[in-house]
Amino acid sequence: MDWLAKLGQSTLERFAAIGRATGMLLGALLAAPQIKNISLTIKQIYVVGVQSLSIIIVSGLFIGMVMALQGYTILVDYGAEGSLGPMVALSILRELGPVVTALLFAGRAGSALTAEIGLMKATEQLSSLEMMAVDPLRRVVAPRLWAGLISMPMLTLIFSAVGILGGHLVGVEWLGVDVGSYWSIMQSTVEWNEDVMNGVIKSVFFAFVITWIAIFKGYDSVPTSEGISAATTQTVVYSSLAVLGLDFVLTAIMFGIE
Amino acid sequence: MTSRKVEVLVGLFVALAIAASLMLALNVASQGTVGQGDTYTLYAKFDNIGGLKERSSVKVGGVVIGRVEKIALDPKDFTPVVTLNISTAYDQFPETSSASILTSGLLGEQYVGFQPGFTIDDIENLADGDYIADTKSALVLEDLIGQFLFSKGSD
Amino acid sequence: MKNLIEIDSLTFKRGSRVIYDNISLHIPEGKTTAIMGPSGIGKTTLLKLIGGQLRPDSGDIQFRGESIPGMSRKRLFHVRRQMSMLFQSGALFTDISVFDNIAYPLREHSNLSEDLIKTIVLLKLQAVGLRGAVNLMPSELSGGMARRAALARAIALDPELILYDEPFAGQDPISMGVLVKLIKELNNALNLTSVVVTHDVNEVMSIADHVYILAEKKIIGSGTPEQIKQSDSALVQQFLRGEADGPVPFHYPAKSLEQEFLGVS
Repeated sequence: MDWLAKLGQSTLERFAAIGRATGMLLGALLAAPQIKNISLTIKQIYVVGVQSLSIIIVSGLFIGMVMALQGYTILVDYGAEGSLGPMVALSILRELGPVVTALLFAGRAGSALTAEIGLMKATEQLSSLEMMAVDPLRRVVAPRLWAGLISMPMLTLIFSAVGILGGHLVGVEWLGVDVGSYWSIMQSTVEWNEDVMNGVIKSVFFAFVITWIAIFKGYDSVPTSEGISAATTQTVVYSSLAVLGLDFVLTAIMFGIE
Repeated sequence: MTSRKVEVLVGLFVALAIAASLMLALNVASQGTVGQGDTYTLYAKFDNIGGLKERSSVKVGGVVIGRVEKIALDPKDFTPVVTLNISTAYDQFPETSSASILTSGLLGEQYVGFQPGFTIDDIENLADGDYIADTKSALVLEDLIGQFLFSKGSD
Repeated sequence: MKNLIEIDSLTFKRGSRVIYDNISLHIPEGKTTAIMGPSGIGKTTLLKLIGGQLRPDSGDIQFRGESIPGMSRKRLFHVRRQMSMLFQSGALFTDISVFDNIAYPLREHSNLSEDLIKTIVLLKLQAVGLRGAVNLMPSELSGGMARRAALARAIALDPELILYDEPFAGQDPISMGVLVKLIKELNNALNLTSVVVTHDVNEVMSIADHVYILAEKKIIGSGTPEQIKQSDSALVQQFLRGEADGPVPFHYPAKSLEQEFLGVS
């Protein structure tokens, strides 16, 4: 009976956490937007977006290069190396761009968000806002949420563009695929709405999930050093799993059989 | 409260994202004209266009000279009409030229193969808006097999 | 004498652990009230209860005759503008400068011009002796300076009530002296009501008008500093003198030595 009671209790705790997370989200989204908060949001775009830029660009470049190398060795057997362009572009635009950017974002920005908010809680900054009659959801949570939602699609676009250039670097400059066929077959295959925009839409969903998890984990963390480190780890694990699961669902909806 | 440096860097970030989406829009998912230069339009009627798509390329001996602008069905005789945008750099094709739908490689894209005809004195060049008279349809595998079986059966 | 805050038969539990068991106390307006007790008995919790961040399990807390646990969030936010709290860590926002920290409540809750805000911030910093540190970041301040800057922020909106959470903890003697002087002066000059939660007996005895001693979920002593010193409660005396053993035992509850080592029951 003991383990049953424990199971029941931990299930209840899960539901309570989901309830708290939803409450936090609604509170942050419904908080009346204020002019003062725009500069806070810009600052957070700097923290989560600009500071993630280098890792995104480097990863995008390498993933594009690897895709070209792998794709070439497969396609050349069929004499279809001319299709390298669409292969690199489609796999990056549809899948790798949004997903890898999201995973990197979770590791780089998500964990930092959790740690930052957890520390604000531990150093009583959140309490202190409360006592100043300022809603921490408005001052702390909302700008970070918006910044995540704004930054991720932009990072994804940059990742994809750099990745396709990386594919060009390896495919065309190194392996000697015809430059015209790399770009023109890519152009004739890739659809703006179907491929590029769907990737961007995916990234908006991912941004939402990651930022939500990261902020909630920080906000709900036990304000000790162990608590914050556990919360940071959980952020990365949960948001990575959520991204991969959500990716399947979104792909099924977007590209699945009609 | 936001420092100048942060504002500038966020601005750069946004500019970079716009540049990336422009690159994706223009170079990756382009609406696709081949050269940046002017084009003129030719029409070709095919019995069957197979897997030809809009923005497929038009090639002469492997050189891209234009793109498929539009594919539509002629409302009178129900045959597909393909609108071709050809670069004005190549405007000396005679009227005897032919177009056929070909496939690049085993698995590749379908494209319009353009075959310039003979130039004899009284033959004019193709001009904007002309129809190409001589066309060959795409090879459809099922039709070929059907014809083969039919000819076997009639032996 | 009017009471700014009245706490009436308050009970508060954390999970199944009882923190306060039916305590009542009042905080007179314009005076400095000290709440003392051994660490770990939830003195900070009491401040959070007064600030409305926690809700009591039973009993009532009244601010000017209005029940804090019964307020709507909106009303509570309104009332909180009249109180402020000095946190143990200072709780300055680490991402903005000292100036912006102190300007923060002003920008949030008033429509003053930037010029006026600047003047007020500098005046408040002058009061705590940190006008020169206006452009530093919180990470560049020492612990004592951070607490003084936080105090400047706490008085930025001219509150009626300041809650001090362990203002002397972890301070060197000089900083401690500075803080004692500041609390006293602010109380006199601005006619504030102060609640000081602390376990630093000597410092607080010199500034408090009224003292409550909390231990074992109850109030074990109250009165003016003089009355407290004369108290005949053994527990109060142990706390005041800092004796190692007494009603609060030196040993954490354990089996007797004989039982532990010899196995006799």
